[in-house]
Amino acid sequence: MATEPQKSKTKGAIVAGCLAPHPPHLVYAENPPQNEPRSECGWETLRWAYESMRNELSTIDHDVLVILSPHWRTYVGTHILATPHLKSLSVDPVFPHLFRYSYDIKVDVELAETIHAVCQEKNIPTKLMQNPDFRVDYGTIVTGHMINPLWNKPIVCLSANSVSAYYNLDRMQALMMELGAATKEAIEKSGRKAILLASHSLSHRHFTSENEIPEDMSKEHITNHSLYLWDMKMINLMKAGKSKEMVDLIPDFTEQTIAETESGGLTWMMQAMDYPTYPAKVHGYGTVIGTGNVVASWAPKSSHSAPTAHSTQSGVQSGVQLGTK
Amino acid sequence: MAQNKSSNTIIKGFVLPGLVQPLLSPDANPGYRKIRTAFEKVREEIERSQADLILIYSTMWPSILGHQIQAMPEPEWNLVDEEFHELGTIHYKLKIDSEFAECYNKHALKRGLHSRTIAHHGFPIDTGSVVALKLINPENRIPAVIVSSNIYSDRAETVVLGKAAVSALKEQGKRAVAVIISTLSNRLHADFIDPKDDKINSLKDQEWNLKILEFLEKGRLEDVAQLSRQIQREARVKKVSNFKPFWWLSAVMGAHNRYTGQIYEYQPIYGTGSAVIGLTPALNASRDLEFDEDAPEYYTGERNVLSLSSESMADFSSQQNSGNFDGSTEMENEDNENI
Repeated sequence: MATEPQKSKTKGAIVAGCLAPHPPHLVYAENPPQNEPRSECGWETLRWAYESMRNELSTIDHDVLVILSPHWRTYVGTHILATPHLKSLSVDPVFPHLFRYSYDIKVDVELAETIHAVCQEKNIPTKLMQNPDFRVDYGTIVTGHMINPLWNKPIVCLSANSVSAYYNLDRMQALMMELGAATKEAIEKSGRKAILLASHSLSHRHFTSENEIPEDMSKEHITNHSLYLWDMKMINLMKAGKSKEMVDLIPDFTEQTIAETESGGLTWMMQAMDYPTYPAKVHGYGTVIGTGNVVASWAPKSSHSAPTAHSTQSGVQSGVQLGTK
Repeated sequence: MAQNKSSNTIIKGFVLPGLVQPLLSPDANPGYRKIRTAFEKVREEIERSQADLILIYSTMWPSILGHQIQAMPEPEWNLVDEEFHELGTIHYKLKIDSEFAECYNKHALKRGLHSRTIAHHGFPIDTGSVVALKLINPENRIPAVIVSSNIYSDRAETVVLGKAAVSALKEQGKRAVAVIISTLSNRLHADFIDPKDDKINSLKDQEWNLKILEFLEKGRLEDVAQLSRQIQREARVKKVSNFKPFWWLSAVMGAHNRYTGQIYEYQPIYGTGSAVIGLTPALNASRDLEFDEDAPEYYTGERNVLSLSSESMADFSSQQNSGNFDGSTEMENEDNENI
């Protein structure tokens, strides 16, 4: 069901972009009321990084979060959530013992339809997802929760097209640049102030077994040193404001580290933000079952203002104390 | 020649595609309807088989932490396919043999695999398994068990996973039909099509599909299994480390070519090569033309290594061909010896 388009709008803008990985372990470790399993602790460096990023985003006025998620994997075009309200239970298919999360999500259907329309004009294959029984992927939910655990902002979610598996990483780059430009144009047309979220890790080689206590941090580390070196290379480019150089490296980086950049989220976001030349704010880096994850944001100075009614702490404001049973 | 030993536990094997069109939009293309009809023939065969269990290995259920085995007694959900969501919602309520799932897990662990059972309300059972069970077992007359496909595993783990299923069947004295959920070529069209215009995505995919069908029609299951790496290179989009379902099926049914093959149907579904195929243990074998790989009983390899090319993997073996960890020998699946 589409919402009524507004008659006149000011030009919208992308007010920030975030690299916001989605390991379900982070939500598990936060113990929010939405998630059924309980933890003792775990992955604090990444959770505190998210806390820092939430604090930053609380100073940026925004209307909507636009997410590109690798765990809504589509092979025929890019799909866009376009159902106003989605409420269900998300159970992680790989870590069901850690993530069984009751979600209640509002979708900005008007913006979704605008992105779809702009993509159609540019011959980018897209399809709107309008089935009310659809279960939102856990990548979207984890990133959405860690950014905004109160879910008091609507989202738009884009699927990750598997173009890199069908063709190669260069073709992925090309598609994501087209999609990023179209997303930016649609946001400007919509009048929205949007935060983009690229929901993925960096290096992505998992451990293939799990400890008896999943949150046993004495066992957590990067899978191997070469992955770490590559992750640091990318992060240093972020910190240096060399986003174009970083994006140019993505095919090599992805190939060398089995990185989740394969989904295209970072390329899409950097293109939509016209390749920022200012440094990213790197809130933190940590590993989850061997994968490398950075929490980082790009926000032009003009975006920052007084704090808004944005949830800044995941567990506390959800009624559960952070990091404790 | 005596009937092979595995026929005591596996009555028949089936290869079934997992896309939703035959269930949700069978009349959108005459080929979809033919696949649907083929599923119905399989349903009739399974009903006649007096099987105790439908044992499923699904390529559409990827796992990372070893293998997962569905053990929820009656999982129920409204499933919407993430790709073809516009075709509608599938309500399912399945009947799972939880006891067998636990037994299967026990034998997988005993054989050195990393595995576990899954029994959570709302767990996302993969579309392929749901579509297949809705079509071949609509009344839940026979309980099922579903096992995942680990994205990192290669041949040794997959073969051992199959043998663990046989061990569990023997322990419980059950007879099963074995099902793999997989297309042949798996390349979907990259753009939206009118279903009326569906066709196999490429001529190369079509040629490889026909080669696989030719082998299976002659009952040459193990030959196809041992061609899996080449099939992965030639006719599969590289979503996972390798093309594994025929490794599992041959390990479960017996690693040889002594089968009667039946191609119920072969049609394109959104570009993929979707075939419904049956394999029945037979007295006479096709010629064994392609056998050159060994048949491990236990997995002792190192999983935490970066993926290697299949060529470099061939240079070493991390497999233990026979014997328990305590040094005793126990060949629970002796099918190769009967060839």
